[in-house]
Amino acid sequence: MTNPNIPLATTGSVSLITPPPSTDAKATAAAAAPKMSAKGLDFYYDKFHALKNVSLDIAEKKVTALIGPSGCGKSTLLRIFNRIYSIYPKLEAKGQVLLDGENILDPKYPLNRLRSKVGMVFQKPVPFPMSIYDNVAYAIRHYEKLSKADMDARVEEALRQGALWDEVKSKLNGSALGLSGGQQQRLCIARAVALKPEVILLDEPTSALDPIATGKIEQLVEELKERYTIAIVTHNMQQASRVSDYTAFMYLGELIEFGDTTTIFENPTKKMTEDYITGRYG
Amino acid sequence: MSDEARQAVADRLYFRRRIVNGVGLVFATLSTGFGLFWLAWILWTTFYTGISSLNGKLFTMMTPPPGDEGGLLNAFAGSAMICLLAILIGAPIGIAAGTYLAEYAKKSRLGEAIRFFNDILLSAPSIVLGMFVYTVVVKQIGHYSALSGSLALALIVLPVVVRTTDEMLKLVPSAMREAGLSLGVPQWKVTMQVLYRAALPGIVTGVLLALARISGETAPLLFTAFDNQFWSMNVAQPMASVPVVIYKFAMSADAGWKSLAWAGALIVTLFVLALSLLSRAILLRNKVSND
Amino acid sequence: MAASAESIAIPQSDEQRARRDGFADRLFRRIVAGAGIFVLVTLAGVALTTLWGGREAFATFGFKFLASSEWDTVGKQFGALAPVYGTLVTAAIALIIAVPVSFGIALYLTEIAPPWLRTPVASAIELLAGIPSIIYGMWGLFVFVPIMGRYIIPWLNDHVGEWPVIGGLFKGPPLGLGMLTAGIVLAIMIIPFISSVMREVFLTVPTRLKESAYALGSTTWEVAWDIVLPYTRTAVIGGIFLGLGRALGETMAVTFVLGNVHRLSLSLLEPGNSIAATIANEFAEADSEIFRSSLIALAFLLFVVTFIVLAIAKLMLRQMEKKEGK
Repeated sequence: MTNPNIPLATTGSVSLITPPPSTDAKATAAAAAPKMSAKGLDFYYDKFHALKNVSLDIAEKKVTALIGPSGCGKSTLLRIFNRIYSIYPKLEAKGQVLLDGENILDPKYPLNRLRSKVGMVFQKPVPFPMSIYDNVAYAIRHYEKLSKADMDARVEEALRQGALWDEVKSKLNGSALGLSGGQQQRLCIARAVALKPEVILLDEPTSALDPIATGKIEQLVEELKERYTIAIVTHNMQQASRVSDYTAFMYLGELIEFGDTTTIFENPTKKMTEDYITGRYG
Repeated sequence: MSDEARQAVADRLYFRRRIVNGVGLVFATLSTGFGLFWLAWILWTTFYTGISSLNGKLFTMMTPPPGDEGGLLNAFAGSAMICLLAILIGAPIGIAAGTYLAEYAKKSRLGEAIRFFNDILLSAPSIVLGMFVYTVVVKQIGHYSALSGSLALALIVLPVVVRTTDEMLKLVPSAMREAGLSLGVPQWKVTMQVLYRAALPGIVTGVLLALARISGETAPLLFTAFDNQFWSMNVAQPMASVPVVIYKFAMSADAGWKSLAWAGALIVTLFVLALSLLSRAILLRNKVSND
Repeated sequence: MAASAESIAIPQSDEQRARRDGFADRLFRRIVAGAGIFVLVTLAGVALTTLWGGREAFATFGFKFLASSEWDTVGKQFGALAPVYGTLVTAAIALIIAVPVSFGIALYLTEIAPPWLRTPVASAIELLAGIPSIIYGMWGLFVFVPIMGRYIIPWLNDHVGEWPVIGGLFKGPPLGLGMLTAGIVLAIMIIPFISSVMREVFLTVPTRLKESAYALGSTTWEVAWDIVLPYTRTAVIGGIFLGLGRALGETMAVTFVLGNVHRLSLSLLEPGNSIAATIANEFAEADSEIFRSSLIALAFLLFVVTFIVLAIAKLMLRQMEKKEGK
């Protein structure tokens, strides 16, 4: 993989490159290895043109935040990254999304490989109607045949990575529906990391949680980026500035500005971005 | 384990999972085909055999003795009379009870109990309801009568109308109730003049569905309205009805009778299906206009 | 009262009107409450009168009424075992066929079929429930029974009939009439009930739950089997019991194709009887008090059994509704 591009944003007529300040070490590190990149991506809900020529790179082992007002297409973009949109008819993505250089939008790209490499956590916690243990093991069984002992170890490892092990180790066979909202969401994260993915997509993972549970999740994201590439959609400006290394601001299906988080929040080049971040609209 | 080895295991597992998935989806599709297949077969038989048995005499002549030719005029008239009476008895009680559930007993324990038992009555075997009316009415009077048949069918109408009225009134926005009451209009007037008007299409649908259910109903009539070979509009006496005549004629060995049974079956089926399509259309149109 | 009303001044007439409205409101309330209670009275009345009507049979035969399969209208000995057995067996056959098929239909209509096809196909399946049962009976007797007798039963005799253990179930004369035929016809009749409950509750499964499973790489079948079905389990069982209640009480269709023979036989290909069919066939000809009482006692049994089954169905469906409400 030799992609010399720094995080790059192109929107229709306006094309702008946000050169990271050379003093910023983070940006230089990212420049070396985009894990995923969207290239000229368009998306249609039947006739509605929801994403317009979006290009952006998701840097490896960094957190990239997607922000913007409701309906700007940030969730839509995230949902293309593991092709979850494809379970619905009449939705169509055009353009390219590369994962390690391979186009995942190519129908020939195996869906199960994509889903095991790119995990996803949704807005509201969605534990499956089964035990805590099975919630995690269920996903692993799709991809691996493990002995009981190996499976136990994997489930424990995943729950530890989800920062949930200590709270649930005594009730692994209890229903996952009995956990609190924050615990359920961490279970969902554990379930996603159990597959040993490379990328984790978080779609407003804390919007249904209280501040304390939110804090735990944010801390967890911080830990997870040591191993995984993370893309997070959030409504919460502070959250984006706290957890992310890069931030993309979207508006009406277009990528307006993309760069490292400090620049976007402290010194945005576009007036629109500045207005949104300072809360003047959206 | 190396990444390649893991991937190989995953691919092998995925292959098997895709086969299971394929078999499952084919099974589901075939199941749907299975259901539609019987529908088509039963309707085709009814139409094909029924149409070849149709003729003008069906609506002009009485049910014949074996070997004679005739029609089903008295049975059609009898069915119309019995069903009409059943609706006239069952629907008002059902609407009243549904009103009670929706307007006065939304969350009360009595309301919950009535709803629960009403749903059981909705699926209770019709033959047992017939037996009930037999014991309470026919046996006391000493002979079969059309009215007792109507009573038995009214017990089938009742739960259908209770349920739809309850559900339809609940859909009326409470702002409408409040607007009426705030004008100082008494609640019974608000209910009768405003809420019923708003819920009318739904309530009518319930009554039509009930009519569809009872017009093919046979079992409870066997020992209530019984049968009558001749023209009779006297509700205190036994009266012919299409389903009972179909039953009697179909079970016989007489070819003329059998052919009449098929003709009757066709008419009843057309009537019932038309009713259920009509009620569906009313409901659908109303749903759209409410949005 | 009326006389004093004449003389009241205008402000008081408001009060009078308020009183009149209050009276009318209370009256209206009583009337509709009475109608509601009428529903309860009806159900209780059905239970009590059939119990009362069957008292002679219960008193005369005692426990033997349930344990004996003797049905002698001349010697006036009546035992309910054969019709009870027939009712249970035909309903069981119906469920064995209808439950998987209904699951398949519900799955097809919620996950597989293209959206434009879903409503028309669902409506068509529901039409099956609209066809009067006497039509099923006639079609069963004149179309399906000959096919069973000519093709299916000889085939079953030759093939399945030789199997160990279950072979005995599928050995019998090629009459066409019988418990298997009745069970199949019942299955067709209850498929729309079970499948529409399943379809409705499958639609209540939150999209995000299904999406989460798909995001882990689950296939459509895995989502249906591992996520949707466990999530809707209580309501699905409720729907199955609803279908069972229908199958137990169905009369006309069964009367046509069951053969009406009071005999216990292991083979599903032998004619038999059911409670409802026995009543429908014999009530008009019941010539003695004890005969009539026995038939009413049968109706009581049928009512009690279907009541229990339907109550379970209702309770399970309600549990699901509560979950939805949360």
